[in-house]
Amino acid sequence: MKKTLLSAALGAAAMSFGFASAASADTLSDVKAKGFVQCGVNTGLAGFAQPDSSGNWKGFDVDYCKAVAAAVFGDVSKVKYTPTTAQSRFTALQSGEVDLLVRNTTWTINRDTALGFNFRYVNYYDGQGFMVPKSLNVKSALELSGAAVCVQSGTTTELNLADYFKANKLEYKPVVFEKLEEVNAAYQAGRCDVYTTDQSGLYSLRLSLSNPADHVILPEIISKEPLGPAVRQGDDKWFDIVTWAGYAMVQAEEFGITQANVDEMKNSTNPDVRRFLGVEKDTKIGTDLGVTNEWAYNIVKGVGNYGEVFERNIGQNTPLKIQRGLNALWSKGGLQYAPPVR
Amino acid sequence: MAKTDLSYVRSDMLAPQPAPMTSRNVSGWIRTNLLATPKDVVLTIVAIAVLVSILPGALNWLFVQASWLGSDRSVCATTVQGGVQPDGWHGACWAFVKDRFIQFLFGRYPLDERWRPILVAVMFIALLTPMLIPKVPRKTLNAVLLFIIFPIVAFFLLHGGFGLERVETALWGGLMVTLILSFVGIAVSFPLGTLLALGRRSQMPVIKTLSVTFIEVVRGVPLITVLFMANVMLPLFLPTGWTIDNFLRALVAVSLFSSAYMAEVIRGGLQAIPKGQAEGADSLGLSYWQKMRLIILPQAIKLVIPGIVNTFIGMFKDTSLVSIIGMFDFLNTIRLNFTDTTWITPVTPVTGLIFAGFIYWIFCFSMSRYSAFMERHLDTGHKR
Repeated sequence: MKKTLLSAALGAAAMSFGFASAASADTLSDVKAKGFVQCGVNTGLAGFAQPDSSGNWKGFDVDYCKAVAAAVFGDVSKVKYTPTTAQSRFTALQSGEVDLLVRNTTWTINRDTALGFNFRYVNYYDGQGFMVPKSLNVKSALELSGAAVCVQSGTTTELNLADYFKANKLEYKPVVFEKLEEVNAAYQAGRCDVYTTDQSGLYSLRLSLSNPADHVILPEIISKEPLGPAVRQGDDKWFDIVTWAGYAMVQAEEFGITQANVDEMKNSTNPDVRRFLGVEKDTKIGTDLGVTNEWAYNIVKGVGNYGEVFERNIGQNTPLKIQRGLNALWSKGGLQYAPPVR
Repeated sequence: MAKTDLSYVRSDMLAPQPAPMTSRNVSGWIRTNLLATPKDVVLTIVAIAVLVSILPGALNWLFVQASWLGSDRSVCATTVQGGVQPDGWHGACWAFVKDRFIQFLFGRYPLDERWRPILVAVMFIALLTPMLIPKVPRKTLNAVLLFIIFPIVAFFLLHGGFGLERVETALWGGLMVTLILSFVGIAVSFPLGTLLALGRRSQMPVIKTLSVTFIEVVRGVPLITVLFMANVMLPLFLPTGWTIDNFLRALVAVSLFSSAYMAEVIRGGLQAIPKGQAEGADSLGLSYWQKMRLIILPQAIKLVIPGIVNTFIGMFKDTSLVSIIGMFDFLNTIRLNFTDTTWITPVTPVTGLIFAGFIYWIFCFSMSRYSAFMERHLDTGHKR
């Protein structure tokens, strides 16, 4: 999502040594042989990837890793996690240290091409947003002319901010810090009027403020940050499995299949549902994918449908209280849309 | 000889008398230590003013207002923040430290296998304690056990093998990782640094050049860069499918790094030994290694104990840099929990960092006290 220059440099380095394309071309066999999925996750991001008090990884991205494990092995526990930093994540994937990267990574053309990765499914549509104190009485980002804006240096966030204000002919004063903690502290101390970062980050920041109710997140999203799982280029079979694990969760939500009722749904008369769950006669969806026909059943049984995963980790019942927004189903005004499973 | 009249000389000693009241009781102590001169009076008043203005607030925040029990953020958040504390409440969140304490110690080491690091810790203490007490005999045996046998046993215990379940290093974390990094760093850097220091003073051009190059290159690069290169660039240069364990990379980086610093500290000690000592040893017919082992190094190292301990303490704290390569040492394990939605509150980070600072301080202060003790113990040549 950030540090494009660095990632381009790393990508160039990787390409020039020929390693990016040299990484194993049959990840699925490798994964099956070693018996677990090695999944690159964030070193710690509220709601997305975070170990709990007994050290088990939990979160929205972590559940995606589990879904892939469920599809391949029928067992959500067959995952090992590699915590990766913003800098080390691409190397980890390129070098084959991880089989897939689910680390709130923005899908960009540079990463899709120059870095040698493949993206298709977007598990979280994020975007850069603004948070302001309620007392400023600001309703829209367009009213922010002349504001002092707290932002982290060297990120796409900083560049997007400059672009947005320039495009809208607004004046602003950037208050730039190196570390996210410093940005947080500066905003809390009132050194700036506005705080800007990815919207999902704004929600977790708000929890650490002494008076969360005094701050509002403005409706404008000034950049597109589609976050999704990434795999190495040149291994379509593995790419298909990783991608369809995500689509299966979305499809399950569309069908109304939940973790609780998935066994019941096996007796459904709807042929679409029966095909999806692998109970329709001579369905070959799963085996064509390279896994078993119960793959979708295993995913839903293991982690639930997309909505359940969302609500459990970052939704209204969690401290983060993130709205579905763009991540609602397409039929409910969002962007989550699964191609037909047939 | 006529007996000289010495009646003006006392013939018996005066009985010892207690010190005057003014220097014995509390007021005497205060007078001599706090109020001896006008300057002392001013400094005392300033110090008391500072303490009075800081201490009650700090104690109140740390202990009185602090939240001690609970299993999620609500006990450390005010009602507007979605918790149970009254508005305007501000205090330490010890419940957070208590809830995550085991994680701070072991990271994500599997729950069922935690007896293994505990056993290693017990073995370590059992071997280190007699090593540190000068009076306990059999130091050679103890050193062999601590620096050769123990690391091997500890490796298999922590990592697995011989029927024990394998626990990969990605799951290691917390204080355990900080201590392993420091122990290995110290155990490697001391001998390696000594060799490098000797090499740098050697007459042999190849050894000298190699030592100087190693020391200057490693010392000229920030540790953070070495770690970063090892983590991000190294995998790109290795053939596909080859991965060197992340933890091992950090261990090697930290050990080599502190060796370079240690070499310069010990070289300082070597420079301070007069040439006559070496010449004396030569005239006795001692070989090079005998000369170094028996005459030069014992004196040189004794001289630079403060510098050596300084390097150790610096390294102990530098291990927290491994956080940038995605490893969870003690500090990073604590910081990781700041964004955990279970515990995210305005006071969680402050509490966590105070706790981390306190633990680091305990270790560094112990090292410092032990080195002071060792200096007194070894100060044989300068005693009067």
